[in-house]
Amino acid sequence: MMTSAEATPLLQVRGIEKRYGARIGCTGVDFDLYPGEVMGIVGESGSGKSTLLNCLAGHLAPDAGQVVFDTRADGPVDTVAMSEPERRMLGRTDWAFVHQHARDGLRMSVSAGGNIGERLMAVGARHYGDIREQAVDWLGRVEISETRVDDRPSAFSGGMQQRLQIARNLVTGPRLVFMDEPTGGLDVSVQARLLDLLRGLVREMGLSALIVTHDLAVVRLLADRLMVMKDGHVVETGLTDQVLDDPQHGYTQLLVSSVLQV
Amino acid sequence: MIELHDVSKTFTLHNQGGAVIRVLDKAALRVEPGECVALTGASGAGKSTLMRLIYGNYLAASGQVLVGGTDVAHAEPREILALRREVLGYVSQFLRVVPRVPTDEVVAEPLLTLGVDRDVAMARATDLLARLNIPQRLWGLSPTTFSGGEQQRVNIARGFVHDYPALLLDEPTASLDATNRETVLALIDEAKARGAAILGIFHDVDARNRVCDREIDVSRFTPGMAA
Repeated sequence: MMTSAEATPLLQVRGIEKRYGARIGCTGVDFDLYPGEVMGIVGESGSGKSTLLNCLAGHLAPDAGQVVFDTRADGPVDTVAMSEPERRMLGRTDWAFVHQHARDGLRMSVSAGGNIGERLMAVGARHYGDIREQAVDWLGRVEISETRVDDRPSAFSGGMQQRLQIARNLVTGPRLVFMDEPTGGLDVSVQARLLDLLRGLVREMGLSALIVTHDLAVVRLLADRLMVMKDGHVVETGLTDQVLDDPQHGYTQLLVSSVLQV
Repeated sequence: MIELHDVSKTFTLHNQGGAVIRVLDKAALRVEPGECVALTGASGAGKSTLMRLIYGNYLAASGQVLVGGTDVAHAEPREILALRREVLGYVSQFLRVVPRVPTDEVVAEPLLTLGVDRDVAMARATDLLARLNIPQRLWGLSPTTFSGGEQQRVNIARGFVHDYPALLLDEPTASLDATNRETVLALIDEAKARGAAILGIFHDVDARNRVCDREIDVSRFTPGMAA
């Protein structure tokens, strides 16, 4: 019986390594991410998961390895070897990055509508009416009232800022979203709303995503696959519920058994 | 449709002195399309473990776990995900959902993921919810606050919303009243009639006798428990 699993990877990561002097940030990271797949990267603080995400997203230059992205125009291209302007263009079009702290991903002195519109203008949108219309549409999709379109994000709650950051990132229709602890620092009820929103958007837009988090409940609900990191190394990978229900590596077993049941 | 060859399962507890627990050994079974097979055996014999090995949330130590030709024991995550989307359904005893998502969406989700038209998916979902006597006023609410029996029925609706060629049922009639139990047994009969291969755990003996064509005693795969 044939299933629909056949496809070419959107992202092929090979041998990524980043060192800070003698200390290992991350090393020997290999994986393929397919269109529509959501992969969680978990591990405790200092495990190298954020370093890895920043290497993959082009925010840090890895010391070794390739990050091959299947671009719309030219097919698979190694983004590590790309020129800086090319990589920046990718960061504004096919890629998006959701920071843990919304203020790192937003312009706090610009209105909510402006924050969304700015990313559209960066890819060439010029018509004010269209930009405003799309900004309002996206505010609605992330459940922010249209009446707040001219307010600055500094007047928003943490959860609203995070939703605005997501709107700003997704308005250009990216194919790959990097998320660094997207629900970190938010109240549990606000987290649930954000998770629900992210899941809906991932499905509707057919997004692929890499989500770094230390929250296993978040990956259980959002991620198809998991990668577990410890001391800069990948210690286990697999289907999310398999890794959580039947962890094979001692460290993963410790991680899973340390979660408080509610 | 579902075929296990020489499957064994061990758990290695790395943080408890590396203790190795053998839970299943040389498990073999076969479920044909249109057939419902019951797993029996005492509590702890490994019935749920066997179901999880087939669904892929437990990793087999050795052997082959074939579902519609895909070897779950060796397949890539994305192959198992595709199998779960299209071929293999699972009604577990626990409903695990994103908080805040309304019940009708929870039930329709497997169809929406398959790309079924939204109106069609929602119609099919509400149809099943109505059949399972979930009051319409609850459809727009998240099932997280529902009673155990209601959650169980939402779970069943979700498991039957797509016509999976293979289905795993873990105690589908537990905590159901007589009327809803009849509905679930009817759903199982309908699934069999359209050719689904079903493997289930039924503590409800009468239900088991009504819908199951055969029984497999899991105790014969339990190390140290074989008669």
